[in-house]
Amino acid sequence: MVTHVHNAFSLNKNRWLRAFAMIRMSSKNTKRNVGIVALVVVILVAVAGGYYFTAMNNSQSTSDTSMMTSESSMVPSATSMTTPAMTSATMSETSMTSSVAAWQPTTPVSILGAGATFPQPLIQTWTVEYNKLYPDVTISYSGIGSGGGIQQITLKTVDFGASDAPLSNAQLQAAPGLVLFPETLGGVAITYNLVAWGITNTTVLHFTPDVIAKIYMGIITKWNDPALVALNPGVPLPSAFITAVHRSDGSGTTFAFTNFLSVTVPNWAAQVGYSTSVTWPVDTLPGAYGVGAKGNPGVAGTVLNTHGAIGYVDVIYAVSNHLGVGAVINSAGNFVLPTLQTILWAAQNATGTPNYQDLRLHIVNAAGPQSYPISTYTYILVYRDMSANPSTTEAKAEALAHFLWWAIHDGQQYSSALIYVPLPANVVAADEQLLLTLNYQGTPLLTAAG
Amino acid sequence: MQTEIEKTRARQRARHHDFLRAILIIAAFAIPIIAALTFYALLNGSLDSIQAFGFGFLTGTAWVPNPPNGGPPILGALPAIYGSVVTTLISLLFAVPISLGIALFQSELAPRRLRLPSIFLVELLAAIPSVVYGLWGILFLVPFMSTYIDPGLIGSLGFIPIFAGETNGLGMFTAGVILAIMIIPYGAAVMREVIAAVPRSQREACIALGGTTVETVRIAVIPYASTGIIAAVVLAMGRAIGETMAVTMVIGNVARISPSLFLPSETIPSVIANEFTEVAGNNIYLAALFELGLILFAIAFLMNLIGRVLISRLTFHGGTSVNV
Repeated sequence: MVTHVHNAFSLNKNRWLRAFAMIRMSSKNTKRNVGIVALVVVILVAVAGGYYFTAMNNSQSTSDTSMMTSESSMVPSATSMTTPAMTSATMSETSMTSSVAAWQPTTPVSILGAGATFPQPLIQTWTVEYNKLYPDVTISYSGIGSGGGIQQITLKTVDFGASDAPLSNAQLQAAPGLVLFPETLGGVAITYNLVAWGITNTTVLHFTPDVIAKIYMGIITKWNDPALVALNPGVPLPSAFITAVHRSDGSGTTFAFTNFLSVTVPNWAAQVGYSTSVTWPVDTLPGAYGVGAKGNPGVAGTVLNTHGAIGYVDVIYAVSNHLGVGAVINSAGNFVLPTLQTILWAAQNATGTPNYQDLRLHIVNAAGPQSYPISTYTYILVYRDMSANPSTTEAKAEALAHFLWWAIHDGQQYSSALIYVPLPANVVAADEQLLLTLNYQGTPLLTAAG
Repeated sequence: MQTEIEKTRARQRARHHDFLRAILIIAAFAIPIIAALTFYALLNGSLDSIQAFGFGFLTGTAWVPNPPNGGPPILGALPAIYGSVVTTLISLLFAVPISLGIALFQSELAPRRLRLPSIFLVELLAAIPSVVYGLWGILFLVPFMSTYIDPGLIGSLGFIPIFAGETNGLGMFTAGVILAIMIIPYGAAVMREVIAAVPRSQREACIALGGTTVETVRIAVIPYASTGIIAAVVLAMGRAIGETMAVTMVIGNVARISPSLFLPSETIPSVIANEFTEVAGNNIYLAALFELGLILFAIAFLMNLIGRVLISRLTFHGGTSVNV
């Protein structure tokens, strides 16, 4: 045995020696060595060049951002202005709401959720904060899109789903026992890129639903169309063609956007309709130019990189990418920018008294002088009797129910910082009624205290 | 005693032989069986769509999964098939000459000190994930094409329908260019191997007759390696037509059939990647996506078949034969 090892070792040694000798031999010819040196030089040059290039671009983009900061502070400026008002609203909510009996997890549980990308940053903050309060409860959420969230909860591969679009009756029938409730809300911003023609992203363009619909139907194809010029007097709109960017994947953002157009433009309702994915007339009409991009980041990136593009994204993506954000006319006839306050106004004015039996709420084109018209709730999907989902144990069900209760109350305090709108009090109350019906094989998971 | 040992040894040998045989047979049949099962799964999954649309699916140009009136979906695969074929052809147009040039340079012309680094760098391209190509495509290539390349082509060749119209960089042409960059390392690697396999005697004979390097390559090397070169093209084509992520990010994702290469389009893989999360509770829609997969399977199969026919036609007498 020992000799064997020794043999192998000496064999290896021989091999190394031979290899070494070969390198020395070839180094005499300086061929392979030169090749290797050349390779190293090429890599170094490439790295150095890349570094130089990035450094150059960085210095440019820094100046860009410093220029933009003044602009970007403009859009959320209304936000910061309104924050105090909102915190007071949130406080009045908490005082209104009931509470549930104290609870501690008995065993460590790990809960899985998946769905819309829009609420992903908020839900992930919740999971981290909740884990600090209850270290035994680990929740993970993957943003795979609203369509994917509906699919995964219907197939019962996750404990909860999330969707920006309310489920259709057919989708609810496909998943018996599934209930949905709003956990936060947001707005869809109309964004554009006309910097090539001297119209900076700080310029607020005005849009009406009719004009937006005509752009996405391929009827308005140039930026200097009379309808757009009439809406934006004083803005030197170019005679460039419009690239209408939309989502290529299924999306709650598309649902809210097309829902708004269907409510406000009869032609749109008849020809296109509303759904998480629709067939865009602008894509196929000759002379019109439509483009699909994947996800909110895809649409924002395409608008950012395409001169003459228009697109629709969740507000946070427009703000974080410093895109031009348009003001949209609301039902009161005012042009309104999407801010936390204008979206909250839309929610407060349009929600009415929600019925917890069906929390599918439509708040597009809401009443109110300053309501932002393209606002939407986003929803959590769970089974009312959580034992319907074979992967959800009783311990998991208890933890999930308490997490959801926490999310619609204490969790709302994290909204504003991430540019989400905290739920109005009447929606929280309706959510509570629904959450109290959650059960595991008939045993309620939450018991009202007091 | 001796014979007893020999007998045991013989039995052992037979056992080993059988064991090895079984493993090799399983290994050899695994891939055809998996391919057959894939085909079955695709066919089975697409039954609803085949029943609903029949052959009309292949010629339909409308893609309306959610009609506004709530009716049944209207789905046609022609735009996706068209986009797949056109982008693949554009990519081959660029990739084949460049790959061949790289391969000839590396095997015939390059001094040894340049050979190794050049091979290394070209193969490095193959190691870059396709999503990185897509990111590079949308951040660099799309603006570059829309600013420099596309307007030039429209200005000079705009009278030809395929170069007519307007551009913003997102479309079949850019997708074809990015695909070309992605398949070049594969084409070049296989071509280099088959060119290196051309016997020295071929070249020496040509040089002995007074041939220049160009003539040697043209007369002695390329015809001898033609089979392998076609095999490389087929291999590259298979990769181009199935590429998903990078194409999805630059092609514009629109169900549109237009002669102009600068307009957005879609490919079969990009449609599947974009829409598979949308199909919950819509069986015909899901089946239609499966049928798209089946069509892709068929196109890839057909392309390989054509490649094989070409190989058998063009095989140089006594030439190398490389099977794909």
